[in-house]
Amino acid sequence: MKVLAVDTSTVIATCAVMEDENLLGEYSLNQNMSHSENLVPMIKEVLDSLKLHVRDIDLYGVAVGPGSFTGLRIGIATVKAFAHVYNKPIVGISTLEALAFNLSFNGLIVPMIDARRNRVYTGIYRWKRDRLINVMEPTVMDINNLIETLPKEENILVNGNAVYIHKDHIKDKLGDRVHFAQNIHNHCRALSVAELALKKVDNTGNANYYNLVPEYIKESQAQGELRKKESDII
Amino acid sequence: MEKDIITLAIETSCDETSVAVLKNGREVLSNVISSQIDIHRKFGGVVPEVASRKHIENINIIIQQALDEANITFDDIDLIGVTRGPGLVGALLVGISSAKAIAYALNKPIVGVNHIEGHICANYIEHKDLQPPFTCLVVSGGHTYLIYVRDYTDYELVGRTRDDAAGEAFDKVARALGLPYPGGPVIDKLAKEGNKDAVEFPRVYLEHNSYDFSFSGLKTAVLNYLNQARQKGEEIIVKDVAASFQQAVIEVLVEKSIHLAKERHSDRIVIAGGVAANEGLRSLMEKRGNEENIKILYPSRILCTDNAAMIGSAAYFNYINGKVSDLYLNVVPNLDLA
Ligand SMILES: [Zn+2]
Repeated sequence: MKVLAVDTSTVIATCAVMEDENLLGEYSLNQNMSHSENLVPMIKEVLDSLKLHVRDIDLYGVAVGPGSFTGLRIGIATVKAFAHVYNKPIVGISTLEALAFNLSFNGLIVPMIDARRNRVYTGIYRWKRDRLINVMEPTVMDINNLIETLPKEENILVNGNAVYIHKDHIKDKLGDRVHFAQNIHNHCRALSVAELALKKVDNTGNANYYNLVPEYIKESQAQGELRKKESDII
Repeated sequence: MEKDIITLAIETSCDETSVAVLKNGREVLSNVISSQIDIHRKFGGVVPEVASRKHIENINIIIQQALDEANITFDDIDLIGVTRGPGLVGALLVGISSAKAIAYALNKPIVGVNHIEGHICANYIEHKDLQPPFTCLVVSGGHTYLIYVRDYTDYELVGRTRDDAAGEAFDKVARALGLPYPGGPVIDKLAKEGNKDAVEFPRVYLEHNSYDFSFSGLKTAVLNYLNQARQKGEEIIVKDVAASFQQAVIEVLVEKSIHLAKERHSDRIVIAGGVAANEGLRSLMEKRGNEENIKILYPSRILCTDNAAMIGSAAYFNYINGKVSDLYLNVVPNLDLA
């Protein structure tokens, strides 16, 4: 089974093709704000190099967030269109789970993506045998709240692009029990999305190319204000 | 006989998710429009992030609906057309990402279309024998242009608004009058019952022989009138204010269009864009056209709103004139015409 996976949740645009356990190709670009221009040409280049075409793909994986709203929509719209044209299944993968999946560690894995103004998109994961378990649901929170939330008695491994912003602060607060991933594991990789999509293809619920949407976590500002207005009225 | 060209077109520049299928640029096989207007009305205007979210929820459902209504499958498509601008960046990105992926998946050419050009091309769908050259007035919520259309893909931009678009002025005045969003249709309806000579609002023609427009002064004049009337405790007759305001807008639009047509010895004026559905504008333009022996053309109501059929028509005419995009196609939120 050939899977094509895409992750455009952060400034990195990344796509990968896997066939069962094998990586066939991966292409990542770390170039801000060029996803819309480059994503389809990148995918074409990978597939061309492999002498493959969209019609040869059996399954799609896509990172659904949290992350950049606009970036997520570019990746999801692209993958949904591919899946639609050839009527293929599609699996949405949490960006945070894909990040945690980059790491093997005996303790808590805490991926974090910058959500600006001192906030991070984050969740907590741990390996149980060879399964990655979600311990705390993806959420958005202030970095200080996150640090206070983390259990005191466990070893912690953090990764993701927010590490570059908050590294010193985290180190100050958590001391020796926090570990930082290698730089190469701080970036979103479509390869992780591809492998997770293959693992989850049989129990994806009812996600398909019609109804798959980003997981924003944050509601849009206007909607938040409207909800506030409406609850004030009630 | 040459083979028919089937175009799949996608339009997501603002608050309508629309997908259409066309045959040879003028025949509409389907034109599905999913409007978000009820959602945005709650906010009193289009909220970009909300619009983008609705587009990504809807896009593939609307694509399938357009294919089904046209009774075709992806395999029948020869060409992809998509709006690349002007419009809301996040909204445009959904349509363009989807269109590029379909074009690559099908190995078919793609044309990125200027939304304004789409509005003009709506007239090729409506009037099967319309051919350039002609004089064209494009009026919508975001745009006011006077254009001389030299050929299918060759536009001379003669005049434009220097501040508010005509449709924007309608929305702002409607809000000041306590009328719901969008303001254009409401004011048009009220204007029919009101007295257009009740209040003397300024007609802004700018400097002599200019084809540009300015509507912000008019908007301010209406706001001042309302403030003064309220301070003096005078009764405000909403339908009269609406009629007087609308008359001040459309007189300038019509006179400048007629002037340009006469200057270019053009015997046709084509109206395009959302405000082309305004009945006051249509009837005044037709009255003046009659007097000057100029034929007035405009699209049916559904083709005046933002719709993908008009984008498909523009894509077709670009394609047969050799203007094709590639897979690096990107959105241009403030794209200009020509
Ligand atoms: Zn428009």
